[in-house]
Amino acid sequence: MSEWWSYRPEDFLLFSPRVYWRMFELHNAAVWPLQLLTLAAGVVMIVLVARGQHDHERAEQPWGAYGRWIAIVLAVIWAFVGWSFLWSRYATINWAAAYVAPAFALEALLLLVAAVLADGLTFDRRGRVAWAGYLLLVFALAGQPLLAPLQGRTWASSEIFGIAPDPTAIGTLGLLLLARGRLLPWLVPIPLLWCLLSGMALRTMGAPEAVASFATVVLVLAALFAPFRDRRDASA
Amino acid sequence: MRTTRRTFLQGSVAATVATALSPVAAHAQDKTAASRRIPSTGEMIPAVGLGTWITFNVGNDPLLRDECAAVMGAFFDAGGRMIDSSPMYGSSQPVIGYGLQKFGRPEALFSAEKVWTSSGANGPRQIEQSSAFWGVPRFDLIQVHNLVAWEEHLRTLLEMKRAGSVRYVGLTTSEGRRHDLLERIMRNEPIDFVQFSYNVVDREAERRLLPLAAERGLGVIVNRPFRQGELTRRLAGKRLPGWAADLGVASWAQFILKFILSHPAVTVAIPATTRVDHVRENLAAATGPMPDPAMRERMAAYVQDL
Repeated sequence: MSEWWSYRPEDFLLFSPRVYWRMFELHNAAVWPLQLLTLAAGVVMIVLVARGQHDHERAEQPWGAYGRWIAIVLAVIWAFVGWSFLWSRYATINWAAAYVAPAFALEALLLLVAAVLADGLTFDRRGRVAWAGYLLLVFALAGQPLLAPLQGRTWASSEIFGIAPDPTAIGTLGLLLLARGRLLPWLVPIPLLWCLLSGMALRTMGAPEAVASFATVVLVLAALFAPFRDRRDASA
Repeated sequence: MRTTRRTFLQGSVAATVATALSPVAAHAQDKTAASRRIPSTGEMIPAVGLGTWITFNVGNDPLLRDECAAVMGAFFDAGGRMIDSSPMYGSSQPVIGYGLQKFGRPEALFSAEKVWTSSGANGPRQIEQSSAFWGVPRFDLIQVHNLVAWEEHLRTLLEMKRAGSVRYVGLTTSEGRRHDLLERIMRNEPIDFVQFSYNVVDREAERRLLPLAAERGLGVIVNRPFRQGELTRRLAGKRLPGWAADLGVASWAQFILKFILSHPAVTVAIPATTRVDHVRENLAAATGPMPDPAMRERMAAYVQDL
């Protein structure tokens, strides 16, 4: 192609918004009631992270067990979303999704490695970065599903953490902002890039949901690189 | 008079009801879809086809698949023949296959496909896959999509044509891209069809491509007649000129299609739609009086001034 510059984002959008949102409706119906399980897993993760920080401060509990459990559950979720949503469903209307699905499998693999390594992931970060993590996590679990009815769509088309890729990526980024560890630099890029890609697709469709994806990217980059990063936390 | 697709369709309710109640009469009436001659063979083909870009990419959604099948059914009932798709259009090919299976693969079908892969060696396999999706033994027309690896694919297609595996070959581009290369190919290669974008506001093709197609005896398929719906959406709130009624035009979609089809070098326009009423309206645009050159200029100027 010698004229890539002449293409607009709309030229790469292969489907209509109606088809896109009905896809979530059909997917939710197909996997019901798995949503209850993934949402419960998300809530348990928040509780474990909070409790882990508390115990860590009081030196009552070695942190490793919580971190491993969270990493393993996240790995299962990423593998499931990559296979069930991207590969089996989204790829039927967007051939590019078939190329993205392996990236979700890779993220799952990296999370498993993080679970095995002694210092792969430790969820003991505190300060402003941690609060940004909690914010993303809560949004992924409780905020994102509300966007469907807020946009005039049915609840059945809601995007659920652990079922749909956007809240899964946003929730994972939230957890990663609460963590430190050797594998952190390897775990952030895939969910971050997904948010960017998804945001671009949503923006092209004229969907306000794009704001959530782009805001996540900005918040994560700011939290990881901005000068306001909590120095005490960074040096802890 | 403010005319939109909706008001046009409301005005057509009586005719639609009569059609539903009298299938035999309707059938006879429907087959009057205006046809054009394919220059390379003289075969006649209805001047309005059915595009599938975006509209038929509905995945495995059973409700939307049935809606697409209904559009195909209305298209064939109204005398339509050419359905155009591409491997690039997501699930459009299997959705067409679903519709064709539902209607027992109508004999009228003129199947227009594309080959779209950067590797010439993969072309035959992709065409075979497309054929399986449609459920047809061979395509009437295969085009090189967006001129991707066009030399290798064209060699394959011309060989297929010699072997009787395809009836016509062609090349496509869209939205004004690579017209220079397309023009060179049109001058030098033994093709039957070219496909590109052309409408009342995108008239670049009038300068060289359309006259060249007429000179070389090539069929012209016009894609994106409504600029992917952007044009009809933009005009939806505007009034049709009073003189549009003289052309038998009752909506902006028909206005735009009449303009395209009235160019003597155009063979088929392929608007895409998800609605049964729109597909009927589109096919109706090929019937009735066509604007002469002076009227065409008046139509273009009117839209330009809005």
